[in-house]
Amino acid sequence: MEKKDVIIVGGGPAGLAAAVELYEKGITDILILEREKHLGGILRQCIHDGFGLTRFKTTLSGPEYAQRFIDQVLEKQIPCLTDTTVLEVSQDKVVTAASRDGMMQFQAKAVILTMGCRERTRGALAIPGERPAGVFTAGVAQAYMNLYNRMPAKEVVILGSGDIGMIMARRLTLEGAHVQAVFEVQPIPSGLPRNIEQCLNDYNIPLYLSHTVTDIHGNSRLTGVTVSQVDEKMRPIPGTEKEYACDTLILSVGLIPENELSIDAGVRLDNRTRGALVDEHFQTSVEGIFAAGNVLHVHDLVDFVSMEAERLADSAAEYVKNGSLEECPLEIGTDANIGHTIPQRISGRRDVTLSMRVRGVFKNCRIVVRQNGVEIAAKKMKKALPAEMIQIPLKADRIGENGKLEVSVEC
Amino acid sequence: MKQRYDVLIIGGGMIGSAIAREMSRYQLRIGVLEKNLDVCYETSGRNSAVVHGGFAYDEGTLKARLCVEGNRIMGDLARELDFPFLRCGKVLVGNTEEDMETLKRTLVQGEKNGSQGLEIVDEDRLHELVPAAVGRFAMYSPNSGILEPFKYTIALAENAHQNGVDYYFDHEVTGISREEDGSYQVATIQGDYRCRWVVNAAGLGCGKISDMLGIKGYRIIGSKGDYIILDKRTGPLLPMPVYPVPSNTYMGIHVTNTIDGNVTIGPNADLVDNFEYYGVLQKNMDYLAESASRIWPHINRGDYIRNYSGILPKWVDEQGTIQDFRIEIRDDLAPHAINLVGIESPGLTAAVPIARYAIGLMKDREELKENPDFNPVRKGIIRFEEQSKEEQARLIQENPDYGEVICRCEKVTRAEILQAIHNPLGVSTMAGIKYRTRAMMGRCQGGYCQMRLEQMIEEELGKKETEVLYARQGSQVLMGKVRGEA
Amino acid sequence: MLKEFTCIICPNGCEIEAEIADGKILSLEGAACPKGEAYVRQELTDPQRNIATSVLVRGGVLPLASVRLTSPVPKARIFDVMEEIRKITVDAPVKAGTVLVKGVLGYDSDVIVTKSVEKR
Repeated sequence: MEKKDVIIVGGGPAGLAAAVELYEKGITDILILEREKHLGGILRQCIHDGFGLTRFKTTLSGPEYAQRFIDQVLEKQIPCLTDTTVLEVSQDKVVTAASRDGMMQFQAKAVILTMGCRERTRGALAIPGERPAGVFTAGVAQAYMNLYNRMPAKEVVILGSGDIGMIMARRLTLEGAHVQAVFEVQPIPSGLPRNIEQCLNDYNIPLYLSHTVTDIHGNSRLTGVTVSQVDEKMRPIPGTEKEYACDTLILSVGLIPENELSIDAGVRLDNRTRGALVDEHFQTSVEGIFAAGNVLHVHDLVDFVSMEAERLADSAAEYVKNGSLEECPLEIGTDANIGHTIPQRISGRRDVTLSMRVRGVFKNCRIVVRQNGVEIAAKKMKKALPAEMIQIPLKADRIGENGKLEVSVEC
Repeated sequence: MKQRYDVLIIGGGMIGSAIAREMSRYQLRIGVLEKNLDVCYETSGRNSAVVHGGFAYDEGTLKARLCVEGNRIMGDLARELDFPFLRCGKVLVGNTEEDMETLKRTLVQGEKNGSQGLEIVDEDRLHELVPAAVGRFAMYSPNSGILEPFKYTIALAENAHQNGVDYYFDHEVTGISREEDGSYQVATIQGDYRCRWVVNAAGLGCGKISDMLGIKGYRIIGSKGDYIILDKRTGPLLPMPVYPVPSNTYMGIHVTNTIDGNVTIGPNADLVDNFEYYGVLQKNMDYLAESASRIWPHINRGDYIRNYSGILPKWVDEQGTIQDFRIEIRDDLAPHAINLVGIESPGLTAAVPIARYAIGLMKDREELKENPDFNPVRKGIIRFEEQSKEEQARLIQENPDYGEVICRCEKVTRAEILQAIHNPLGVSTMAGIKYRTRAMMGRCQGGYCQMRLEQMIEEELGKKETEVLYARQGSQVLMGKVRGEA
Repeated sequence: MLKEFTCIICPNGCEIEAEIADGKILSLEGAACPKGEAYVRQELTDPQRNIATSVLVRGGVLPLASVRLTSPVPKARIFDVMEEIRKITVDAPVKAGTVLVKGVLGYDSDVIVTKSVEKR
């Protein structure tokens, strides 16, 4: 069996950034395994602009953002196998993959999981009704349009105000489809404010909050949907049903980290993120298996995905060189207003950045990190939205050796 | 006038295809007229996929007799026809004295029907069989099982086809008339066909076809059931189907393991007269989850991957009482017409015995000559995911298309999809690929692979993007191109 | 008059409240950086947007190459710019960064390729 220092599963923005950073830290015995024909992951179909402001200080389209990393991978001649699907990662870090060239197995010192996420589907939401053609997740519609040159829709209703849904509302409109409305079951939008502005408002596409699709009609191609208002518990309110004739329903109702390989490797997941539980090294519950990017928790911006993967790579490089990493005994808890933090455990001996999301809209609040009741870090926020990932740096010298950390929202 | 056949079978579902396959043992020219674009769009593909033991039916009925027989031969059929079947057993769980009485009655009835190995088990034994089941005791039927209904129907149809049967899809029958020479003229939306024998295996359409044959008066009602499918991660918690104690007419909402490791919950039983509506209702989904949780408490919304519904055609009398299968030749009203009415559950288990029974009636009236070239063996598509690593390596070496994984959730390779696209029956829909390979059936529901499948259909079959259908006529997947000529 | 804006210049999406009289900004609140004020000023006079779409590629490994504008154009002309872009067909190979239209519709904005497509 071929040996490798590091195997990276997935050549999207996280995997590519990790590879480049590992290389710069002197770890060169790397292999990226990518199931698609091209590197770049989902960015290849995100042709809109708005990536890279944080990472590269300039605004780029998805393909351009990916290309910056791909160019470095090529320049450094970091080995990668495309058209290669990883079938299994074992607890002892044997990676099995298949390609047209055959089955292959590698024994790695470290495995980096950067598989990204998948979209929540109609079936997962359990939307009632018939099952005609014409119900697509936003990412599928985006792939059809931007990669395959195929137009999936004419008369469109969108369920869910996720960023990809709004971006597809604009994309479909630009290509001649008619987007009637976007419906969001929650009382607040789930995507970023700028996308409401530039993807919906610019094109006079209405956004209805506290509304959801309660029936789907048609036994061949979609003929229409029923939309209902929902109450504060997100239950449809009888009598509020309204019919929309359309041939397409686009769903932008959430992303789920794609952790099937991780589970088989014995990696423990966090029920809240549906990604791995990690320490500040981005190491999972299985020693030597690391995770970053959307496979770990769903990010708002790709810039943060790459930057997280770069921090992971620093730790993974250390792990490969030393065979171990500093223990992370300090747990991080959250109050009910914070969905989760990444990482979930830290050493307390190094500076570290916590990533998190709030679970509601909070105005003029502070996000506070306490240990043993003492405030050790805080961030003032004029407006904290669930759509945005919040990052709070922690300074090692403020963290005590013992005691769980607690993150809370204070208004 | 297009074609002359010895036999035309109306309906290419499980029953029609079983009849086609069993009839192809004889020297007959056989055609199958199917109104849909594939063989399992209706009841055949929309059910619990349980191979029944035969204990739930009144003694002496065709349902009891043919079900027990179907159960007995299912293992051999599965080997011959290469479809997935698992004799995993099943339990009916109960709690009250009344439940115990019903189970004991069911057991006695089952033994009279010839169902083997039935026993009442206590709670400890129940938990050995299904650790996660809830009940104080159960009736255990070791010979019950599960199969893959799409692949079963497809296997029957493909074996019939390889033995010379012609399949016509998108051929809804609009009328039947008897000519002076005794032959039948069958009119379809795509022209007329002539035959000596007609078989009504129209499933939900059996009443309509029976009327066309002149055998009037059958009252058919639909029993519509909704189902929820759970993620494969739940599969290990359910080694066999768990049922509640049945009533006289209804088996109750059960949880069923599937061949591929998912779990299904269902069905409820709504009486319907619209046989075209397969919508799943919110109240039913809520009810399914609530009811099934009482016998198997592992139902979480986070594990839902899809829902579906199916309709069983039930023949009822004036009072609405459900009747036995009716398999008949009415020499007075429609000679040379085999009429199958009310073929509902356990039709899946009993399909081949039903076919043989029907052919038996034909043989009483006409001598059938054996077809010396009949081949009972049919091979399905080799599933990459189900092979050992060594076998996977060998498959890729032999055919590199096996190394290209197209559907990530179910690990379906290009080789499998190509075989499905070029299937012997000539089915060209997205659902056709799905039923043959499981691509798009996993937890991402085609989020990763459906564009590739669509593209492969275009390329392999030379179709325009607007011609690719999801499942039914009119179920166009795409509206055109973004750039370039449409 | 008080008017609210959502700045689209960066993902922060600042909600800016501006007091406006006769098309002039009297006061402005909510912008985290100076770009916010510039954005509001632009919105008041001549709103500008960038767009991203694709052009047809002949003989490439992909059917489309994605494109965008190098700088925003007036919002009201977006569909006119789309019309211009729709007319373009390129032959593979095409490289990211290639300018397909210089100064689209006479604006100081080029249509550039954002994804390289190799020859089939």
